[in-house]
Amino acid sequence: MADAEVRRRLAATWGTGAGLWDRLTTVDHKIVGRRYILTAFLFLGLAGLSAVAMRLQLARPESRLIGPDLYNQLFTMHGTTMMFLFAVPVMEAFGVYLVPLMLGTRNIAFPRLNAFSYWVYLFGGLMIWFAFMLNVGADAGWFAYVPLAGPEYSPGKRVDFWAQMITFTEVSAQAVAVEIIVTTLKQRAPGMSLDRIPLFVWSMLVTSVMICLAMPAVMLASTFLIMDRLIGTQFFNPAEGGQPLLWQHLFWFFGHPEVYIIFLPATGMVSQIVVAFSRRPAFGYLALVLALVSVGFLSFGLWVHHMFATGLPQLGASFFTASSMLIGIPNGLQIFCWIATLWTGRPVFATPLLFVLGFFFIFVAGGLSGLMLASVPLDFQLHDSYFVVAHFHYVLIGGAVFPLLGAIYYWFPKITGRMMSERAGRWHFALAFLGFNLAFFPMHVLGLQGMPRRVYTYLPETGWGSLNLLVSFGALLFALSFVVLAANAVAAVRRGALAGPNPWGVGTLEWATGSPPPAYNFERIPVVTHREPLWAERESLPVVVGLAVDDREVVATSPVEAKASLREMSPEPSIWPLLSAIATTIAFIGSIFTPWAVVWGGAIVAVALIGWFWPKGSREDER
Amino acid sequence: MKHRPILDVSHLPSYGYGPASPIWWGTLGFIVLESTGFLLAAGTYLYLAAVNPDWPLATPPPGLLWSTLILAVLLASLWPNRMAKQDAEQEDLGRTRRNLLVMSAVGLVLIGIRFLEFTTLNVRWDQNAYGSILWAILGLHTLHIITDVGDTLVLTALMFTRHGHGKRFSDVSDNAFYWDFVVASWVPLYVLIQGGPRLWPGG
Ligand code: HEM
Ligand SMILES: [Cu+2]
Repeated sequence: MADAEVRRRLAATWGTGAGLWDRLTTVDHKIVGRRYILTAFLFLGLAGLSAVAMRLQLARPESRLIGPDLYNQLFTMHGTTMMFLFAVPVMEAFGVYLVPLMLGTRNIAFPRLNAFSYWVYLFGGLMIWFAFMLNVGADAGWFAYVPLAGPEYSPGKRVDFWAQMITFTEVSAQAVAVEIIVTTLKQRAPGMSLDRIPLFVWSMLVTSVMICLAMPAVMLASTFLIMDRLIGTQFFNPAEGGQPLLWQHLFWFFGHPEVYIIFLPATGMVSQIVVAFSRRPAFGYLALVLALVSVGFLSFGLWVHHMFATGLPQLGASFFTASSMLIGIPNGLQIFCWIATLWTGRPVFATPLLFVLGFFFIFVAGGLSGLMLASVPLDFQLHDSYFVVAHFHYVLIGGAVFPLLGAIYYWFPKITGRMMSERAGRWHFALAFLGFNLAFFPMHVLGLQGMPRRVYTYLPETGWGSLNLLVSFGALLFALSFVVLAANAVAAVRRGALAGPNPWGVGTLEWATGSPPPAYNFERIPVVTHREPLWAERESLPVVVGLAVDDREVVATSPVEAKASLREMSPEPSIWPLLSAIATTIAFIGSIFTPWAVVWGGAIVAVALIGWFWPKGSREDER
Repeated sequence: MKHRPILDVSHLPSYGYGPASPIWWGTLGFIVLESTGFLLAAGTYLYLAAVNPDWPLATPPPGLLWSTLILAVLLASLWPNRMAKQDAEQEDLGRTRRNLLVMSAVGLVLIGIRFLEFTTLNVRWDQNAYGSILWAILGLHTLHIITDVGDTLVLTALMFTRHGHGKRFSDVSDNAFYWDFVVASWVPLYVLIQGGPRLWPGG
């Protein structure tokens, strides 16, 4: 068959039409992934606006812009949205888009589940923001500590919406995690043995395993919470044998790994960018993989450092201090490998790499303040002060947002087929770096001077006014940098230079196909012989033949060596994932108002699921 | 870039069993997720037991009868479940249909017994923290049974239609794999909720 004919038929098999129905039923991981990324940025925008509102209020002492009630909602919505609706989802979204392409396969494993996950995430996120607009926004903090979040101190529906939002995002996050694990283990291009998996995919694999082990904790916690509130269970009520600290254990069992769930994919992005722009394979590939895995392990031992101030036994606290410091080792190792890669390569300081350098600087600073907080006596001093706010924004923004911004510049040409402007990229970086440090560095000082966190105002006599003004100015600058990003992206999509398949001249498989990739990802599935296939095979790419062009076939491979073992059918588009997500949403929102919604809601979810799984006379059935 | 064909996959089968099949790995993924959930629920039980000097909080232990019957039926179901898996992997449609009918019946009976078990817990979910966690653990496991039985019922219906061939046998095999997990998870939970209040010091 001529190549053009192969492409035409593959496009007919895998393509998604332009109509509304096609859009609602699509199971193409690239379309879902793109949506997912954009939605995560929508939530970043909302969370960012709430941060700016808080900072406007705090710019001057005794400001009357925002009252305490609204302030409580703002910091809760900000933290909740950033952590649950932006940071984790955006990383998973990049995984959904990139992992199948980097592995050389035609779609993600369980594409309908993938479509479902996205809808659930969208509906859950919209639900809590609608609640906020209807003045039932969550207001008990993003960690919703009991008893404050319990039935007694938080009557009304605010916390119920919060708890259900948790369920939504966790259902979605866990499903995507399973999809990414199975895609990575079972759908790698033939020949891509474990030691040839791209580092970003490794990071997503470890992250996904962590999600499977950590997220059930917060789901259980939020379920217990909502049951305490709605049907009178007594999990957190000390009068009936319950225990408020139980909440904190369950929450931080999730919440601490959460930080690494956000951070590890970012390190995967950093690895790809460092390799691409130093134009040499990663120094210490094995060390980088082992570091990822050990961070994954260690992150589960440490949750108690969030609870030093709760009066745990002393020995336990020392143990946790030690292990908190231990995790610095693999993190340091990664940084060492990246620097060595840059040092021994021929680095090109394009925008993505600038953001990586910004990441080095900010993240190391955040790590240092983290070491300070991990020591128990200091933590007692600084607990719930602005020092902590400075620390975790250094870690979260330095560790995750800066690499993510680099990743956007790096993969934008692949996703859209167009180049972003380098000039605007540099301006964006300069503004972001400056704005960020102006906004968050003075917070360390404010914390040391005793300014507590989660206060909506302070008195002029404290002398915190001028630093706070500086902080708020920096925050505005930082926010402005995102406007530059948005303008750059919009302009690039409209009239950016055409990117071509491999604008940066990189070695991983996503660059072996068109930009944006065609619906079927690869005209022929590649066979992998090296860690950087496109650097090793410069003349021609070794490929698979014998895969159907009129059926949605993907190659399934063995988990370790990636030997081709099956030609699996990948599911067709379907409306049922969307209908199932709607049914799930109705059931969960209903349950906020009546426990019976669990029963009738369960029934409609069951109907939707049966529709989903019932085969519709596929070609396999006709044969 | 030019292409250089070096591997022909046209002879490969279109579905497989066990670890060869991606769905098997997906099932394993969900088993890991759910095991974590169970472990944390069990951890919560033990934690609450540890922080309360009198466990089970001045309420009698749950009735043994139905709980133990569930254990017995679940363990006994391992055998027909094994048959379901084996016959599916042999792609024997007649036996697979029969096995699925048996497993559906077993599942429905179990759900029935479970509802009886809820009536003999001797504590309400809203009475105290012990009642809450007891009901929660049982609820989690019940949800588990119900979803798997639902899956089995749909598969059974499917195998009696024109779809009953090929890859569906692999689905039956994975369904059996999941049922093993439903059984395996009940054993420690049974020991915990029945043994806990009887053996806990000061209980
Ligand atoms: C535009 C950049 C940002 C600004 C100006 C900002 C500002 C703030 C402010 C003013 C607070 C409240 C501090 C307090 O009163 O205790 C806060 C809290 C918080 N921020 Fe940010 N933030 C930004 C970005 C982020 C990002 C990217 C994340 C996570 C990925 C994040 C996560 C959090 C969390 C978890 C809290 C704690 C909320 C709580 O105490 O309930 N922030 N931030
Ligand atoms: Cu932590």
